[in-house]
Amino acid sequence: MKRFGFLSWALWFGYAFLYVPIVLLVVYSFNESRLVTVWGGFSTKWYGELLNNDKLLGAAALSLQVAAVTATMSVLLGTLAGIALSRFGRFRGRTLFGGMITAPLVMPDVIIGLSLLVLFVSMEQLIGWPEGRGFTTIAIAHTTFAMAYVAVVIQSRLSGMDESLEEAAMDLGARPAKVFFVITLPIIAPAIVSGWLLAFTLSLDDVVIASFVSGPGSTTLPMVVFSSVKFGVSPEINALASLMMLIVSTGIFIASLLLARQDRQRARDEQMAMQGG
Amino acid sequence: MASQPIRKPTRLEPWQDPGQTPYVRIDRVTKRFGDFVAVDEVSLSIHRGEFFALLGGSGSGKTTLLRMLAGFETPSDGKIYIDGVDMTGIPPYERPVNMMFQSYALFPHMTVEQNVAFGLKQDRVPKPEIRDRVAEMLNLVQLGQFAKRKPHQLSGGQRQRVALARSLVKRPKLLLLDEPLGALDRRLREQTQFELVNIQERLGITFIVVTHDQEEAMTMSSRIAVMNHGKIAQVGTPSEVYEYPNSRFVSEFIGSVNLFEGIVAEEQSDHVLIRSEEAGCDLYINHGVMVPPGTRVAVAIRPEKITLAKEAPAAADGRNLARGLVREIAYLGDMSIYLVQLAGGKTVRVTAPNVTRRTEMPITWEDEVYLSWQPFAGVVLTQ
Repeated sequence: MKRFGFLSWALWFGYAFLYVPIVLLVVYSFNESRLVTVWGGFSTKWYGELLNNDKLLGAAALSLQVAAVTATMSVLLGTLAGIALSRFGRFRGRTLFGGMITAPLVMPDVIIGLSLLVLFVSMEQLIGWPEGRGFTTIAIAHTTFAMAYVAVVIQSRLSGMDESLEEAAMDLGARPAKVFFVITLPIIAPAIVSGWLLAFTLSLDDVVIASFVSGPGSTTLPMVVFSSVKFGVSPEINALASLMMLIVSTGIFIASLLLARQDRQRARDEQMAMQGG
Repeated sequence: MASQPIRKPTRLEPWQDPGQTPYVRIDRVTKRFGDFVAVDEVSLSIHRGEFFALLGGSGSGKTTLLRMLAGFETPSDGKIYIDGVDMTGIPPYERPVNMMFQSYALFPHMTVEQNVAFGLKQDRVPKPEIRDRVAEMLNLVQLGQFAKRKPHQLSGGQRQRVALARSLVKRPKLLLLDEPLGALDRRLREQTQFELVNIQERLGITFIVVTHDQEEAMTMSSRIAVMNHGKIAQVGTPSEVYEYPNSRFVSEFIGSVNLFEGIVAEEQSDHVLIRSEEAGCDLYINHGVMVPPGTRVAVAIRPEKITLAKEAPAAADGRNLARGLVREIAYLGDMSIYLVQLAGGKTVRVTAPNVTRRTEMPITWEDEVYLSWQPFAGVVLTQ
């Protein structure tokens, strides 16, 4: 019996390391007991309580709003940056510009948060905007760093795209702006969608930067979760986490199902073309 | 080089007529990328209705020249005139020119029909007219039943024809084609060559084709410009370029050739005599060349113009007659290639049609043979 050799053990251990905590979290969300670590029988009461917890629900709503605004803004700015990086060819300071775009990827969150806080405070003193800290400041801060990720995604998609497509459109009489909207944009649409989702996720789970630039009354979901841990995790948080996981994994499942179907369709089409050709 | 030009020999030759104004005039155009000179002071005149080939290896500047005609690159120096209009500063979308791309550049998110209609839509042609002209074009390239398909649902040959239809639908006066047959397999290529020439003659459009394939250039075009290192090495009809190459580069690039180094011994208006140690004999050529005696030159002789024989030909005067040993024979069916090593060590390539059956082949490996050729066979190259 060589079936459970070293490699299988390593594999199982690896999966366990990744998924045991998550499974535990889900299991304990159905715990009757108030104490997170003591099993007191099966119950769904924490899911019910969650629905009555206005503080948590409010934070969740804020987080989703911030994430949606962030994702949209990041896609707008990141797409422009990505296009500049991949289409303008060599211009003076291109390396510097490219480096600066991607700097937020490696910059510690603490520094981004702190520097933005300083900026917002001094701006408020100088021009009176933004007034206090809250939704606007969090969204701006998140856009600053999420935009960098979007720019990288868009840039890699654009450099994989055949530039002669744009040239062909121009050759057939389309002006540059038209070329962008009719040819380039539809072709990079998948990258824009995934950039939007990436920015949404990044914004949704950021706690460090949000802590710096949020104000009283504007607490995002991760901040609530994080601060509640200080007083011991309540099973409500477990329930919330389980729900979020359910939503995310359903989304991923549907997306991969659609992608797989598209792939199969494509393969069939290509086969048809070969036979018909 | 067994291929024959497929266009009719009765065609007009507008470039011979000094009264004709060229449709495309390229005037001392240079293109530099940094320190690299891609196109170096190229001047060309191309006439209405020509099928003009830009032939060269990679890095010869042929594609850059084509892209300057389309407007995707701007010349560093010099000017391009199309139909008498200076093209400087005119963007691609305002030029009376269409291009067929090497990658075909079909829009992947549009159907065949939408791809072909794209150019007409940009010109705000009325919808019913767009429909008619697209249908007409798709019929021309025999893709009527594929109108609703997306590019990835087509085979390579079909994609090529969609690209052609899309570039022709606006009825351009000048069509630029970048390696139009490059992505097709051999059988499809030959067939498509004929189709391209047919369409071009039917529509009367001026074609400028970039290709690295000399056979393709020879069969399709009315004239060829051979390019090398950004310069035009020679311009001429396929037979001019093949029979009278003006340099070693052209003679070696188009077809295969034997080059014999030698020194001009005698120079008259009706003949030259060249003493060649490499050939082991004197080379007699029946046309004059403007080079003084004593100059080092090379004589180019095409493999099919050399005759092999086991016996010395009668009436041989020792000129245009070399001796050697057959080293290699490649049997190609319709003809054979012989590699013959001369006494001086040089290997000469000879092709001969297989008029007899192979079993009766008189010449075989290690035979001692005589190589002879006519006085008109050689071309003297000074460059």
